[in-house]
Amino acid sequence: MKSSNAPRRLVALIGSMAAVMCSAACSVGSLGTGDQAAGDTTITYLVFNEPSTVKAANALIAAFEKDNPQIKVKLDTMPTGSDGDNIVKTRLSTGEMSDVFSYNSGSLLQAIRPDEYLVSLSDQSWVKDLDKSYLPAVSTAKGLYGAPTGGSTPGGVVYNKAVYAKLGLKIPRTWDQFRANNLLIKKSGIAIPVEQTFGDAWTAQLVILADFANIAAVAPQWAADYTANKARNVDQPALSSWQHLRQLHDDGLLNKDFASATYDKGVQAIATGKAAHYPMLAGVIDAVRQNHPQYLKDIGMFAMPTATGTESHLTLFLPSGRYIPKTSTGAKLDAAKKFVAFTQTTQGCDLLVQSGSYGPFMNRLCKVPADAPAAIKELQTYVAAGNTGPALESVSPIKGPDLPQLAVEVGSGIRTADSGAKLYDQNVKQQAQQLGLPGW
Amino acid sequence: MRSHSHIVRGLVAIAVSTIVFLVPFAFIVLTASKTSAEASQFEFSWPGDFVLLRNIAEVFKVRDFVIVRAFINSTTLTVSSVVVMVVLAAMMGYVVQRRTGLFTNAARMLVLAALIVPSAVVPTIWVLQALGLYKQMLGMILIEVTGGLPFCVLLCSAFVATIPRELDEAAALDGAGPLRVFFRVILPLLKPVVVTMVVVQSVAVFNDFTGPLYFLPGDENATVQATLFNFQSQTLSQWNLLFADILLITVPPLVLYVFFNRQIVEGMVNGAVKG
Amino acid sequence: MTVGTTPVAPAAPAPAEHPPPRRQRGRSTRSRYPLWFLLPGGGLLVLLFVVPTATSFYFSLTRWTLFDSTFIGLENYVTFFQDPQLFGSFVHTLVYAVITSVGKVVAGLALAILLNGRIIARGYLRAVVFFPVLVSAVGVGITFKVLFDPFDGLINRALGVVGIDGPGWLTNPDLALASVAMVDIWKGVGVSTLIFMAGLVAIPRDYYESAHIDGATDWQLFRFITLPLVGPATMTVVILNVISGLRSFELIWTMTGGGPGFTSDVLASVIYKKYQAGLYGLSTAGNVVMFVVVAAITIPLYRWFRRREVAQ
Repeated sequence: MKSSNAPRRLVALIGSMAAVMCSAACSVGSLGTGDQAAGDTTITYLVFNEPSTVKAANALIAAFEKDNPQIKVKLDTMPTGSDGDNIVKTRLSTGEMSDVFSYNSGSLLQAIRPDEYLVSLSDQSWVKDLDKSYLPAVSTAKGLYGAPTGGSTPGGVVYNKAVYAKLGLKIPRTWDQFRANNLLIKKSGIAIPVEQTFGDAWTAQLVILADFANIAAVAPQWAADYTANKARNVDQPALSSWQHLRQLHDDGLLNKDFASATYDKGVQAIATGKAAHYPMLAGVIDAVRQNHPQYLKDIGMFAMPTATGTESHLTLFLPSGRYIPKTSTGAKLDAAKKFVAFTQTTQGCDLLVQSGSYGPFMNRLCKVPADAPAAIKELQTYVAAGNTGPALESVSPIKGPDLPQLAVEVGSGIRTADSGAKLYDQNVKQQAQQLGLPGW
Repeated sequence: MRSHSHIVRGLVAIAVSTIVFLVPFAFIVLTASKTSAEASQFEFSWPGDFVLLRNIAEVFKVRDFVIVRAFINSTTLTVSSVVVMVVLAAMMGYVVQRRTGLFTNAARMLVLAALIVPSAVVPTIWVLQALGLYKQMLGMILIEVTGGLPFCVLLCSAFVATIPRELDEAAALDGAGPLRVFFRVILPLLKPVVVTMVVVQSVAVFNDFTGPLYFLPGDENATVQATLFNFQSQTLSQWNLLFADILLITVPPLVLYVFFNRQIVEGMVNGAVKG
Repeated sequence: MTVGTTPVAPAAPAPAEHPPPRRQRGRSTRSRYPLWFLLPGGGLLVLLFVVPTATSFYFSLTRWTLFDSTFIGLENYVTFFQDPQLFGSFVHTLVYAVITSVGKVVAGLALAILLNGRIIARGYLRAVVFFPVLVSAVGVGITFKVLFDPFDGLINRALGVVGIDGPGWLTNPDLALASVAMVDIWKGVGVSTLIFMAGLVAIPRDYYESAHIDGATDWQLFRFITLPLVGPATMTVVILNVISGLRSFELIWTMTGGGPGFTSDVLASVIYKKYQAGLYGLSTAGNVVMFVVVAAITIPLYRWFRRREVAQ
């Protein structure tokens, strides 16, 4: 060996690493656990890690702990979307769930077997304050399991009021009116008629998903038929949504970077008036408030124009629920119930509104604040007129995983509406079979 | 003449590598220095308002300095699992390469299979629960060791092949036992590849996102990759903070590399296998 | 092993130097390389790999909700093979694995030779080539998505300066997969380079020196010394890259999500989408299929390399 000290140095290196490892391991335990007085109960609360959600949860916890000094609530987070979905299922099925957790309502809730894994909250006093339309989304035949986490999220078309004012356009109710508006805007050249952002594939679904309240308005049985394998996307009325998506592309109404643009770009385009329309969720309004506050007054929103009736209906994506797993017992269960009840009080509502949630709310104690952005108030007219309906995913357990990709293909002109709807039906079948639904 | 061409070649290499490898990093740094609105434009431009420090401070402040805890956790996890992984892999690789027979062949196939097969999340949790190691740092360390082992065994056995068998035979003839031969003769000779393994696996473990997500849940167990999701959501992304966070959590691997870079060079200068 | 037979430590005469009679019986191969060395690592692999994997093989034959499972035989496999996107994703997977493996082997070896040779700013270059390895796939994916933007992206803006109208790297269905593969090479070439560099060090300098005296050209040095003797490293690099290429997921997922449409979908992303959708049994069956595909390609490759190694 030429360098006789090489091994010694290596050993020293490993040794020092081991030292680091030990010191780190020894110190990490004391961090973040905080001091805990005897007799206190600590519960954990699991939420999705969107910044706004976490902020709202922290505000809730702070207020709750102030009222209940003997209970400590520790916040846990999980990623949004399907990662979070899998986390919830994994932790429930392995008996490791947090004492209170937020999760989707509606069909996705049924997939986590509420009767087996969740504590029934039917006997809680706050249940009487809930909107009746929300109850089925958090209940089974055996009981009610969840409390709403916030307001519904409306889906429809976000539009730029400045562009509308300049061209003297009226808010469209039917798809033909919408198309006429778009062609006018195109002719005027002052803005891109419709912004699409397929760089984030999920955004491509909105033209289809936000049209569902319109379909349900003329075919109330559709969702049930769909679940029972009696209604399909390749047939009308559902096919019209797919055709609209394709038509927007074929009419040449889209921004030229539709294939690569991301959600953020869409928000920016609609805020600045570069684009006149953006088929999207009401979350855009909050994004504009955060990133382009000076343009907030230019933002408006209307329901997806209908091709099946004369009056358009606003599609509402129902809020998630707060649930308690059966693994919470004894003092922890009492504390968890207390915490959930606290979120359904007037004080809980105020905190919710303060953190940027505008409704429409599912608890009658919660009121849309007077200083809400104009776009939010505009949407209230649909609520007042009763022209709203839940999203398909709230009323049917089947949603094919390939919808974003198929919507991108149809919306980019790569695939026809018929072919997209047909492939989607095949995709849905796979999922329905897996769920073991009758009729598939 | 030769040295002249060396310089030309070097200059070309520097120019090309700077463009290809450094420009994307410049982009990360620039975006991390912008305001939220400016960052979401995605332009490769000098920030109108240079707020890198403010963004970094913001990243630290998020959720009660969760990132500090994350750094401690990730460091513990990375250092412990890499040390164990490297030693176990070197032992396995050594015997697998030197010996043939039923058991070594089985071990070789096992390693190759483990390299190929994607991990099964839920059954793994069941095993951890049975051992009482679920949600424990030790359990996570074992998961990472198991995950990195195949790669390391493959590397080690390939490099043990370059060490003349006569070396361990000679050492054995001098009366050294197998442990002594391994730790005093073989492991030092593996130094270049040990450095490779340490660097590559440290980076892999440190950057692992899905592992801790499943096997080490809970905010007190947060690891650095999980902090990226504090700034990214389906509807609202703070790109400036996201990139500032990417920048921050890239620092430890960078420091590690700068530190070990010298070790790599040294290992090479010494010519570990000259015997 | 050829590498052992260096001019410095000649291997062939070894038996003569240590004549057999002096070899103690107890110091035979058996005890010198004890099997218990395999135990700690092997035990971990059995516990945390074999057991869970075997369990999941069973679940691939069931309809599995994580909460309970119903045995349905091979139905998941039938469904998986009937998936309209499956064939395309097979082809994409193979193309992706070939592009990335070839790219990383060629570029890695070239860079390793360059960086092992005499060159100015060697430390800088080594560091720079390795930088991308240090960033997480999520970070790299986000960054390149932005750089590849067809209109505002740095790459097309730079091309625009020299008068080229750059394509939609990630939005053009014909280009998306190749673009991600390029980024994969960019991100991963540092590891291949590192392994090759360590492999090159193992080649005794005396070979080059004596060949040089015999008047060999640079190409001959490469062809007849470097290439054959860097064999073990090549095997490692090829095997690792083929496997990671066939299994690759993170980068594709962050950059294109398999899109536009399904044009950059690979096996791993199809399986992940099934998993996302809660089709756990189906997705597990997909994993088994992927395992078979990867094994069918990798094991013969591995055997071939080992035979060559022994033959040398």
